[in-house]
Amino acid sequence: MKKVKVYVTLRESVLDPQGSAVMGSLHKMGYGEVADVRIGKYLELVIGDSERDVDSLVNELCHRLLANTVIEDYRYEIEEVVSQ
Amino acid sequence: MKFAVIVFPGSNCDLDMYHAVKDELGEEAEYVWHDSKDLSSYDGILLPGGFSYGDYLRCGAIAQFSGVMDEVRKAAEAGKPVLGICNGFQILTEAGLLPGVLLRNKNLKFMCRTVGLKVENNNTLFTNEYEQGEEIQIPIAHGEGNYYCDDATYNHLKENNQIVFTYADDFNGSRNNIAGIINERGNVLGMMPHPERAVSELIGGKDGLALFRSIVKQWRESHVSHA
Repeated sequence: MKKVKVYVTLRESVLDPQGSAVMGSLHKMGYGEVADVRIGKYLELVIGDSERDVDSLVNELCHRLLANTVIEDYRYEIEEVVSQ
Repeated sequence: MKFAVIVFPGSNCDLDMYHAVKDELGEEAEYVWHDSKDLSSYDGILLPGGFSYGDYLRCGAIAQFSGVMDEVRKAAEAGKPVLGICNGFQILTEAGLLPGVLLRNKNLKFMCRTVGLKVENNNTLFTNEYEQGEEIQIPIAHGEGNYYCDDATYNHLKENNQIVFTYADDFNGSRNNIAGIINERGNVLGMMPHPERAVSELIGGKDGLALFRSIVKQWRESHVSHA
């Protein structure tokens, strides 16, 4: 079993109104040093035993559904799940 | 002419769409559930607005893998009219039947009001009953209607006259005020505004009716009986 942590973020070239709104709020609170805020998504996948290479599987999942690569980038980390 | 109104879990403009086609236009319409495996008996496919699958992940992202979408693709390839409104437009972009994507409105607000739309291309099967450049009044109701595409895609849309409707004013941040686009072949239209909510003076206007009339007119002309 593997746990895959997937991070999906809007591409740099795409306006992130949610991030902008949060940054505006932080500035109003006095944290003027915050130079930028981007909001993304965090997904955790648990992958059972598979004959497939996990990297190629995760890339396929991201391309087909988890990220829309027209506007989003993604990256991921793979961890071994230790059975209890 | 017989229309399929596709119903996804979370569709909520399906009744309006059905009403527009059946009651205002007098054509045939049927609700078709999202896992249907056969759309061959329908002449036109309508993807209504709403919040398919709760808009989880991204609006329209999960609906693109509904069983019926293979059939919608087949209908599009066969040249049948496919119209996606609001969430239907989002589904068509996620499914790759139309280019680009719909982002959160630039002011983060859900907006629900009637807006001016300019008919940028009246030479389509969806707009032949409008005048070129005509401004019409159609309701919008969306939180993620900010159309985005890259430069190459925009230039391609522009060169091929695939931009069918633009907003008279920029209120949601859409690239060059794009409100609706068509595929290259011209039989798949996606738009954020709701023409099905503008089909009678009783509900505030009927500028949307001509869109549905256009579809039927074109269909009748290409299915003339010489009996």
